Amino acid sequence: MIKSLHKRKSELAQSNKQLEILSNGIFQKGELPTFKDKIFETGQFPLKAKKLEILQINVGYMCNQVCSHCHVDAGPDRKEIMTRDTMSQCLEVIKNTGAHTLDLTGGAPEMNPNFRWFVEEASKAGIKDFIVRSNLTIITANKKYNDLPEFFKKYNVHVASSMPHWTKGKTDKQRGDGVFNASIKALKMLNAVGYGMPNSNLRLDLVYNPSGAFLPGNQKSLEKDFKKSLLEEFNIQFHNLFAITNLPISRFLDYLIASENYEDYMYSLVEAYNPSAVANVMCTNTLSISWDGYLFDCDFNQMLELPVNSKVKHISDYNEDLLEGRNIVISQHCYGCTAGAGSSCQGSVA
Amino acid sequence: MQKTYYDPADLKKFGKISEWNEELGAKFFDYYGKVFEEGALTEREKSLIALAVSHTIQCPYCIDAYTGDGLQRGITKEEMMEALHVAAAIRGGASLVHGVQMMNKVNKLDM
Ligand code: SF4
Ligand code: SF4
Repeated sequence: MIKSLHKRKSELAQSNKQLEILSNGIFQKGELPTFKDKIFETGQFPLKAKKLEILQINVGYMCNQVCSHCHVDAGPDRKEIMTRDTMSQCLEVIKNTGAHTLDLTGGAPEMNPNFRWFVEEASKAGIKDFIVRSNLTIITANKKYNDLPEFFKKYNVHVASSMPHWTKGKTDKQRGDGVFNASIKALKMLNAVGYGMPNSNLRLDLVYNPSGAFLPGNQKSLEKDFKKSLLEEFNIQFHNLFAITNLPISRFLDYLIASENYEDYMYSLVEAYNPSAVANVMCTNTLSISWDGYLFDCDFNQMLELPVNSKVKHISDYNEDLLEGRNIVISQHCYGCTAGAGSSCQGSVA
Repeated sequence: MQKTYYDPADLKKFGKISEWNEELGAKFFDYYGKVFEEGALTEREKSLIALAVSHTIQCPYCIDAYTGDGLQRGITKEEMMEALHVAAAIRGGASLVHGVQMMNKVNKLDM
């Protein structure tokens, strides 16, 4: 198992080092336009936050996996975990805003000791779509997690599971040896309680991201291929596939640099820039909350330690009026959200 | 002047071909785009055909382009390699089948 950048004491574990790479080199030399210049051309700068619809809460960076592309730099050696106090502050906000979607992420969110308590409490708040980003293998990793499918079902949680490919080779290469078989087992367990079945309300979506330095293809045709293979080979069903572009930050940035793909990858992101994806990037209606309660425009900005551009910095000071209409903090990583059909935590946006 | 015949960066400039003859360039790219749309064959199948043909015509730009295209579509390296063997088999077979002509000629000329 590889170690997180953090544990390896890699200089890329520092967000300012990542931002330096993203702002200098090809962008400084003017070989490629900066994201700001690019959206300025179409009158979309500054990017403004609209009304809050999605609250994305990162409940900790601890994970049972160490995927090579992880933008969180998560892993078993990461100990950052959201406390129950911070969770309670999040719950207050959920109750008092019109946000219709709650999106729990991590690391493996299920590894936070207060995870179940939080799900139970949040489910009382009348959220329309309550998503848990599950890496699947956590369900089979340890006996204490084996009942997660029933637990999710009890609270009608929407499960969004990562799956980079329908073959073992590609999946294990990105996410670690044994991940494919464990994921298949977990998907069967979810199907067994009714998740992902054609007429079921128990939503099971798969999240696909490319296993290398290339962009995702068409979401619909990938979904078709995933559905066909998983059904024919494993009798597994799911609802939708979200195709997500890998953003050039953290461990994926480390991989891009080590494999000498960084410049070409940035070129392909800029080349695939789609102005119509800009209007719907997720930061415009989402707020991302870190394990220690700080506010960010998105999970990527959280990892780059780029806080919201507002007087309100922490969930304990949440103020809808002050946050709405704020200018979103951008850098070159944002090209990842606006390439091709666009990309957000819920897949294509354009 | 660069010292090699092929420069990977030139692939990105392919569209510029139209600059010196807009009408024919546009016709070509229209046609090209249409060819690769889903029809009786899926886009995925067409991508694999293109990859195989690129190897037969030995165009490094096309090889790069359709390898990348295949990865984006989730095509596996095993599928890509099989497509390549189809190209190689046809290519090899095409040489070999001309052996019949050689045999005919030998049979005609030889006493
Ligand atoms: S990508 Fe997800 S499953 Fe993989 S290490 Fe990161 S948080 Fe864990
Ligand atoms: S990375 Fe994407 S979601 Fe985050 S600020 Fe940039 S465009 Fe918005």
